[in-house]
Amino acid sequence: MDAQPILDIAGLTTVFRIAKQRVVAVRDLNLTIAPAETVALVGESGSGKSVTSLSIMGLLPKGVGEVESGRLALRRKSGDVVDLRGLSREAFRGVRGNDIGMVFQEPLTSLNPVFTIGEQIAEPIRIHKGASHAKAFAEAVGLLAGVGIPDPRRRASQYPHELSGGMRQRATIAMALACDPALLIADEPTTALDVTIQAQILDLLKRMQSERGMGMLFITHNLGVVAEIADRVAVMYAGSIVETGSVARVFSHPRHPYTEGLMRSAPRLGEATVLKEAGTPLPTIAGSVPSLANLPNGCPFASRCGYRIDRCTEALPALADTGHAQFSRCIRWQEV
Amino acid sequence: MTVNTPLLSVSALSKHFPPVAFGRGPVVRAVEDVSFDVPHGQVVGLVGESGSGKTTIARMAAQLVAPTSGRIIFDGLDTARASRAERRRLHARIQYIFQDPFASLSPRMTIGQILTEGLDIQRIGTANERREKARSVLASVDLPPDALDRYAHEFSGGQRQRIGIARALALEPEMIVADEPVSALDVSIQAQIINLLRELQIRLNLTMLFIAHDLAVVEYIADTVIVLYLGRIMEKAPARQLYSAPQHPYTRALLSSVPSPDPTRRANRQILTGDIPSPANPPSGCVFRTRCPVAIDACAGIVPPLREVAPGHFKACIRDDLDGLMVQGAVR
Repeated sequence: MDAQPILDIAGLTTVFRIAKQRVVAVRDLNLTIAPAETVALVGESGSGKSVTSLSIMGLLPKGVGEVESGRLALRRKSGDVVDLRGLSREAFRGVRGNDIGMVFQEPLTSLNPVFTIGEQIAEPIRIHKGASHAKAFAEAVGLLAGVGIPDPRRRASQYPHELSGGMRQRATIAMALACDPALLIADEPTTALDVTIQAQILDLLKRMQSERGMGMLFITHNLGVVAEIADRVAVMYAGSIVETGSVARVFSHPRHPYTEGLMRSAPRLGEATVLKEAGTPLPTIAGSVPSLANLPNGCPFASRCGYRIDRCTEALPALADTGHAQFSRCIRWQEV
Repeated sequence: MTVNTPLLSVSALSKHFPPVAFGRGPVVRAVEDVSFDVPHGQVVGLVGESGSGKTTIARMAAQLVAPTSGRIIFDGLDTARASRAERRRLHARIQYIFQDPFASLSPRMTIGQILTEGLDIQRIGTANERREKARSVLASVDLPPDALDRYAHEFSGGQRQRIGIARALALEPEMIVADEPVSALDVSIQAQIINLLRELQIRLNLTMLFIAHDLAVVEYIADTVIVLYLGRIMEKAPARQLYSAPQHPYTRALLSSVPSPDPTRRANRQILTGDIPSPANPPSGCVFRTRCPVAIDACAGIVPPLREVAPGHFKACIRDDLDGLMVQGAVR
């Protein structure tokens, strides 16, 4: 991307200390997000995708998780570039909800049950923009209308439990957008929703992003959702990015065996019938994800990989430039 | 027991739950007038979103909850009239696989105890025979024999689901009810478990009721697919037909909502507006009409009956002119 990035992560390493054991949850991660660009982080449980987003937002559990090294450069709305890692708790409050909007998986846990929807959306407007109660509430109603909530004035004075799951997620999106953030972090925002509601929310996020030119970091385990919404994708496995590139390129020419396996093993609508009728089993990735507390030497995917050679277990491969702005952490990428 | 009579047959099945709020308010109509057969050795898939009634149907089929009305016939036996002894046997002949392999295995029992518990309750075999059975079902789900003396927490999600499957197989059931058996698992593990279920189903000639919200998973495993919405059947058809030529507007919209892992096929989808109504307050007439892109006035007046539009292919919709109005199916 030529444009100056909104977020520029360099060498992010996040560790957890659990029962005196040091667990590296994210290892030396590099990622940039440009204005109006959507980057998807995709991976399975324990891949480090959510820890990455918590590291950016300064929401790691205190005393347990910590950014050990790296730089998290955010270009604020004012144009200043700050390193989120060095920010005090106080200063972070001026960034979160203001420069960075956040949407989480479960809207019911990110909404406060004892305040109305309108009050909750108005709160960041009052805090970050210094608006009066009445003005902020009026803006909140406008935001609810903007995210497609019918009868927004009535909904603004309702409590979260009075809204459906899809409505609640629209409300949290309105809250995230309240202060016109330059960056939106959406962590599995449609995972808890039904598929027809998921389609609505993806559509809404896409529309909001193009209207506002925001950068978006979209975290998901669903490859279909990635294909639907993202411009670029970073595939994570056991704490590292194993492959990154444009969605079009990575989906048509995966260059890492894990990406290739992941794409094959998700049954595709319309193709499953063909496999079934031919009596072909679904392609699988053998074994299971290794424990982060007990990672093997070398490539963490090696034990499950069909391309494994002796050299794979010697050292963690570097991200190799495969051309087409695509990178793979595999020494045999040319054969994948 | 002839091959022609279905192993499980449900007719006019309904389940109403009492109102949640201190006995006030309307009853929740979780399942309303549902009829279908599961033939011997076949897999019937139930798909639908939240509130569609798929899990309630599964629980009634497995004799875990009693229907409000309607009949469930298992192998010729009207289950409502079953004797105590017959009922106990039914609980062995029909086995359930749960969604969450973390919640459905006792943390205090060894895997060996979990696998032999059903045999103990049914008083099948000697202690040694039960242990031998546990060993053999463990092998059939590709777990090592030393798992018998370990506890559930020592296993990964995928391995636990294998244990859940082994527990269901230990009683040599004729029918398996699998309720979202892979939706709690990571993508790379899902395919392993689906393959295992399919392999076991074919090898043991199991009859299966398979519930999932993932349409591609159901497409792979089911012979017949039933699409549910707000407790009612919208469409029922052989899997290939349902996916290649869906006839109900809800099925079409559902298939078109699934994001495709192919970036070149973005867009051209039918996005339904609005929310799924509450089963405590379903719309009159066709329950789908409030979100249906092709609803007409007549849809509010009558509950559309399931009618056969092609051999074995049923839909509950009064319109026959969907082509041209809506996107087509998924199988290319």
